[in-house]
Amino acid sequence: MPFACIFVPDFPVEALLRAEPELRAQAVVVLEGKAPLQKVFAGNEKARSGGVEVGMTKLQIEACTDFVLRARSPLQESAAHAALLDCAQSFSPRIEDASDDAILLDLAGLEPLFGPLPKIARDLARRASELGLEANVAVASNPDTAMLAARGFSGVTVIPAGREAEQLSSLPVAVLFVEAVPSPTLETFERWGVRNLRSLAALPDVALSERLGQEGVRLQQLARGSISRALVPVEPQLIFEEAIELEYPLMLLEPLAFLLSRLLEQLCARLGARALATQELRLHLELENGWHAEDDCCPSPALDPSDRRIFQRTLRLPVPLLDARIFLKLLQLDLKANPPGAPIAKIYLSAEPVRPRAAQSGLFLPPSPEPEKLELTLARITGIVGKGSVGSLEILDTHYPHGFRMRRFAPTEPQRVEPHSKHISESNSAITALRIFRPPLRATVTLRHGKPSHIVCSKQIQGDILWAAGPWRSSGDWWEQEGWSRDEWDIAVQAESHIALYRLVHDRLSGRWFLEGNYD
Amino acid sequence: MASPLVCSQAAMNHSIAFVPENRAALLLNRFSTLSKFTGVTAASRLETRPAPEMVSTGIHAIDALTGGLPRGYLTEIFGPASSGRTSILLAALAAATQRQEVCALVDVTDAFDPHSAAAAKVALDRLLWVRCGHKRKQQDREGHDFSRANKTCPRAGALASKRKSEGPVEQALRVTDLLLQSGGFGMVAIDLSDVPLKMARRIPLTSWFRFQRAVENTPTVLFVVGQVPCAQTCATLLLKLQASGKKLTALHGQFSETQHAQLLDGLQIEGELLRCRMERKPSRSVNAAFMTKMPRAG
Repeated sequence: MPFACIFVPDFPVEALLRAEPELRAQAVVVLEGKAPLQKVFAGNEKARSGGVEVGMTKLQIEACTDFVLRARSPLQESAAHAALLDCAQSFSPRIEDASDDAILLDLAGLEPLFGPLPKIARDLARRASELGLEANVAVASNPDTAMLAARGFSGVTVIPAGREAEQLSSLPVAVLFVEAVPSPTLETFERWGVRNLRSLAALPDVALSERLGQEGVRLQQLARGSISRALVPVEPQLIFEEAIELEYPLMLLEPLAFLLSRLLEQLCARLGARALATQELRLHLELENGWHAEDDCCPSPALDPSDRRIFQRTLRLPVPLLDARIFLKLLQLDLKANPPGAPIAKIYLSAEPVRPRAAQSGLFLPPSPEPEKLELTLARITGIVGKGSVGSLEILDTHYPHGFRMRRFAPTEPQRVEPHSKHISESNSAITALRIFRPPLRATVTLRHGKPSHIVCSKQIQGDILWAAGPWRSSGDWWEQEGWSRDEWDIAVQAESHIALYRLVHDRLSGRWFLEGNYD
Repeated sequence: MASPLVCSQAAMNHSIAFVPENRAALLLNRFSTLSKFTGVTAASRLETRPAPEMVSTGIHAIDALTGGLPRGYLTEIFGPASSGRTSILLAALAAATQRQEVCALVDVTDAFDPHSAAAAKVALDRLLWVRCGHKRKQQDREGHDFSRANKTCPRAGALASKRKSEGPVEQALRVTDLLLQSGGFGMVAIDLSDVPLKMARRIPLTSWFRFQRAVENTPTVLFVVGQVPCAQTCATLLLKLQASGKKLTALHGQFSETQHAQLLDGLQIEGELLRCRMERKPSRSVNAAFMTKMPRAG
């Protein structure tokens, strides 16, 4: 039964490089601890070759200007670990969360799906690279051998069954010890002159057991690649969240968009790896000096809702999408309309996973806007005319003449309509349409025998009322504070060269007259 | 080896030897073979533009007059208040939405009445309503709130967006641009009916040319409603509307107490086709009339 291991060397550095890939060519050192007692926690290969060792102080490192120093970010490490789990789970449902930087996969039965084992190993490495992590991948017949090979050999390694001891023989003994802290057993091996796994595998079993006990025997079995154990599978939750802790607070939207772009690309890559899309994006910004902006969205469970330093925005999409560029543009437009109002210290971005949209438009269906483009267009239009001024209409179940509300525009999928369908009405008459004056125009009306006879409203609308029909009395909501009661008249007034028809309203509560609209 | 002079002389002799009676056709053929004229199509060989697909306005009389609304072109109707412009607009939107098309209405003066649209059988869930100028007061209020935020946090000034005060007509032009670029709409209607004449005439002709180019070769009907013709030469179809005063005059003569149904039901609207680029020859000025009916008058 084959197993694979994905191992990310220098994991704390890689977690930071996911957000700053341009630093990959430089010597990066990760520091941990409170200033001024910061010490080196990890460094990449270039930093190590430059003389950096774990435990050195920041002062020692700063003597050399070639190193890029970054503070350790548990947030980014946890996001990188989640990405690693997504990478593994996109291939196999049985995975073991061995450590922060290593994941084990059961590859049994995957060859018919993904091809031979070397190809699966290469694909795993490529997928990890797409998620921003440069990982070693090893495939072997047991999990521990795969783990040792991934820790010891860079790149992709495939160990055929039965040749584990031979393949592992060149690895140093230190690869058996996960912790960076020197172990007494390792010191013992060094005293004995056991430098690599070949030497350890060649030691006599009984003598080794007498000196080092069962721990020694287990290490020797590991070195021979003969240990066998069952995988401990985990089922990671579908939480897609990325975060960046900023070295310096951001004050401009442009660099914020730059960082959001990276986060969105990582988020989309993770969702894509799990064959998912998203219909809801949540952006949480931790602000520097405590300005808080209200929003209707619910806060993340990971964050304290009473925290006054959190700025939250939620993008709800009508259809599941998976396009980082569209998400970025939507977030940019949203932030432009609702700026955070204070410098940003941390960025959290999470996506609610849903199944991707599976729809195919027909050849004979009427044209309709693409959902992705439409969403972007609506966001741009909202940026021009303001929120609540664009959308579709919903007429409310009320007798109040202006009983309607705006709602999000999400047209249903078109259905095929026959060219001469009975639904398409065509007649020789049209409905008399009313054009509403918003707000209604105040008017001074003269009554004669209880009917309006003269109106003065504006320069254009004034004079004798030629014909008047009405009144139509209506009232409602008298049980509420916003009750209304009105008389409606339809009137004809002589305009410059024609006769214009208007709706005249007498508000019975205030006693005022208004021109509500024009029949057109 | 022959000298260049001898070669050119031989070529001239060769061409002269093969001149047929249809000299013009031959010259055309010979010119087309010259490298200098490669890729140049003679005006007489230009392909004629295929006739556009016409869609119904929802009113039989208008369809009979204009042949319908052409897809991929700009159609403009104009007339004074109470001349039936909005009634035609709603009928066209109803017809388009009943064809399952997605439509957009750019409402420059925020005058659209949802109840009239529902009565005209417009499928409201397929109509995108853009209310220009509707939120200016609210935006001003938001701007005030943010200025308070800036006072709280002086460093946050850079994060503030620049809110420009933009008029409804400018908003409408930008929104129309976005809608046409987005594509996929069956009809995009711009309602300029209540826009003051001075402002409507101030819309640059380049905007209309841009809209016309954007909508060209697409299935979108661009429909403009106004008091006066704004799009000028960009409008492929230009229809003038006016209400007939006969009905009201008759009412005045017959009834001392005018009833609602009598006042608003059966108003006669006359339409005159001023321009139609669908045909090769200039269109005649033809009139058509249709009636309106009031939904609550029965």
